[in-house]
Amino acid sequence: MTSLREQSGPYFGEFGGRFVPESLIGALDQLEAVYSAAKADPSFREELAELHRTYTGRPSIITEAKRFSELTGSAASGDVRIFLKREDLNHTGSHKINNVLGQALLAKRMGKKRIIAETGAGQHGVASATAAALFGLECVVYMGEVDTERQALNVARMRLMGAEVIPVKTGSRTLKDAINEALRDWVANVDDTHYLLGTVAGPHPFPTMVRDFHSVIGTEARAQMLDEFGFLPTALAACVGGGSNAIGLFHAFLDDEDVQIYGFEAAGDGMDTNRHAATLNYGRPGVLHGAKSYMLQDEDGQTIESHSISAGLDYPGVGPEHAWLKDLGRAKYWGISDAEAMEALRQLSQTEGIIPAIETAHALAGALKLAKVLKPGDSILVNLSGRGDKDMETAARYFGLIGGN
Amino acid sequence: MSKTEDKLRANHAAGKPSLIGYFPIGYPTLEASVEAAVAMCENGVDVLELGVPYSDPVMDGPVIQEATQTALEAGFKLRQTFDAVREVAARTEVPVLVMTYWNPVVQYGVERFATDLEKAGGAGLITPDLIPDEAAEWIETAERHGLDRVFLAAPTSTPERYKRASDESKGFVYAVSTMGITGARQELDANARKVVAGVRKASDQALTCVGIGISTPEQVAEVNTYADGAIVGSAFVRAYQENGLPGLIAKVKELSGRV
Repeated sequence: MTSLREQSGPYFGEFGGRFVPESLIGALDQLEAVYSAAKADPSFREELAELHRTYTGRPSIITEAKRFSELTGSAASGDVRIFLKREDLNHTGSHKINNVLGQALLAKRMGKKRIIAETGAGQHGVASATAAALFGLECVVYMGEVDTERQALNVARMRLMGAEVIPVKTGSRTLKDAINEALRDWVANVDDTHYLLGTVAGPHPFPTMVRDFHSVIGTEARAQMLDEFGFLPTALAACVGGGSNAIGLFHAFLDDEDVQIYGFEAAGDGMDTNRHAATLNYGRPGVLHGAKSYMLQDEDGQTIESHSISAGLDYPGVGPEHAWLKDLGRAKYWGISDAEAMEALRQLSQTEGIIPAIETAHALAGALKLAKVLKPGDSILVNLSGRGDKDMETAARYFGLIGGN
Repeated sequence: MSKTEDKLRANHAAGKPSLIGYFPIGYPTLEASVEAAVAMCENGVDVLELGVPYSDPVMDGPVIQEATQTALEAGFKLRQTFDAVREVAARTEVPVLVMTYWNPVVQYGVERFATDLEKAGGAGLITPDLIPDEAAEWIETAERHGLDRVFLAAPTSTPERYKRASDESKGFVYAVSTMGITGARQELDANARKVVAGVRKASDQALTCVGIGISTPEQVAEVNTYADGAIVGSAFVRAYQENGLPGLIAKVKELSGRV
C-alpha cells in the first residue's frame, strides 16, 4: 500500500484544486510559497510548538472514558473501551486554535496586518479573535446571522477580544454564506489581508495546510496510545462538518491499516429526511468554495441548505481529502441525527463529567453506534474536539433544564 | 473565428467604442429578463452577457446578488439558460455570452452544456471561478463547439498568468479593473490600465475588455481609449431595479453614447 499520509494538495484524487476568481490566485500562490518555506524552517516549527506548549496547553491529554464505555456492552460480554483525545482542554475550548496559531504566524511572515475568518459555531471565530489579540492583528469575523443567534455567547467572546463580528444576512445566513462573504472581502482586500480559513476545505493550499496544522492531534494521540496503553485503537471516531478535527486525528493513522477510521456527519432530523448535513452520504461531487469535493446540491448544481442542531457541522460541503478517503474506502462516514447527538451529549456529561460541544457529541454518538459492530475489548479513540459551554443555551432548551423544578 | 471578436474588431476599425452589457437570466422572471436583454441589444450593447443565477456567487456584489437570488427564489432552472439564449439570439445580431459559475456547468455536463449552448445560438462562456489551470476539459470542449471562452485577468496576475489568460481565452480576456467584486464605483481604478497592458504585453492578438466598477459614460469612454471594450453589469441591473425597462434602456443609451 502506498502511503496515504504523503498525499498533499492541490489534488486528492479527483478532488481539491483551485476554483476561485483569478484575483485570488496571487494570494494563494504567496500563501503556498510562504507556507512551504515555513514548513521547511526549523525556527517556524519551534515557534509554533512553543506557542502550543505555553499558550494552547499542548499536548492535550487522553482520558479513558470508563463509565461512558459501559454504555457499549453488557456485564457478560464486556465493553468496548472508549478513549477521548481532549482537544476541549485547549485554550479557547476546541481544536480550532491549532490551525489559527499556525496561520497567524504565517500572516505575520507575509506582513499582513488584517485577518478575516468565517465561523459557524463560533469556535473558529473565537480562536481567530484570540490569535489576533495575541499578535496585535485586526480581525473581522463573518458569521451567518442564524449562527450569531444560536451562538450568542461566542459572538460576545469575539467582540470582547476586539474582533469585529459581521452577521451575514445573505442566502441561508449560516456558515456557507459566511464563507462567501469572507471570500468577497478577501478578493477586495487581498493586499493587506489574510483569509484565515478555519477548515480543510477551500482552494489549495488550505486543505493541506489546515490539515498539517491539525495533524498534531493524531500525532500526539498515536504516541500517547502506544506509550500509555501499549496499543493503537481499533477505530478512530470524529465528527465531520468541513472536516478539520477529523482529518487532524486521522492523518497520523492513515497508513496504520489495522486502525479503522470513521467520520460522523450531522444527519439533522434523520438520514431518512431532507433536513441534514450529511454531505459525504447524500451529496455528490461538485465545486463549492474553491474546491472540488462532495457537496449537497440540486440537479442544477445549486447548493442545498444543510440542517443540523450543530452550527459547526451545518455545512453543505466537506474537505476534499475526506472525499478522497471516502472514495478510497479508507475512511467510512456515517450520519448521526440531532437526537442521537444530544443523547450522547447528555450521556457523556452524566457518566464522565465532561460536557462536549454538540459537534463533538456526534462523534460520541457515532462511537456508541460503532461499538455495536466491534468486539468487547476493542477500543475507539474519539476526538473530543470541543467543549460544550457555548452550547449550554441550546442544551438547556433541548433538555428543559432552566426554570420550573 | 469568434463572432464576439469580429464585433469588437469591427467597432475598433470603425473607431467606435464597445459596450458589453450584463443581465441576469430569470430576473425578475424569465420572460422579463429576455425582454430586458433584447432591449439592451437594440439600444447600444455590442456584446451581451447573460448571467446564470447561482446560490454562491462569490464574485458578485450586492446588486447582482440580490437580483440572482430573486431569480432563484422565483424558480429559475438551469435549462432556462438555453431558452433565454435561443430567444435573444433569434431576435438580435448581438453575440450572446453566458456568464456562469463553474458548478452548474459541471453538474449539467460540460459536453452537454456546450452542445446545448451552441444549438441555442450562444457565443460562449465567461467563467469567473474557473481559471485556465483547471479548465482543460472546457477549453477542449469549447474548441470543438466553436464557443468563446472568456477567462479573467487581475491586477495581481503575474506575466505568466497574463500570458496564460490571453493564450487560452477566445472572444476576449476579462480584465478585472480593481481588486473587488462587481458593483459600481466612483473612480475607475488605474489598475485597469495595468491589467490591459499586462495582457497586451503577453499577446498582440488577444482582445481585452475591462469590467467591474464601470457605471458612467465617462468611464466607458475612458476604458475604450486603451482597451477593446467596457463591461457593465451592476449599473444596468440597478437601473432596471429603479426604473424598470425604460430605466434600463435609458442607461444603455447613456453608456453607449446614443443619447
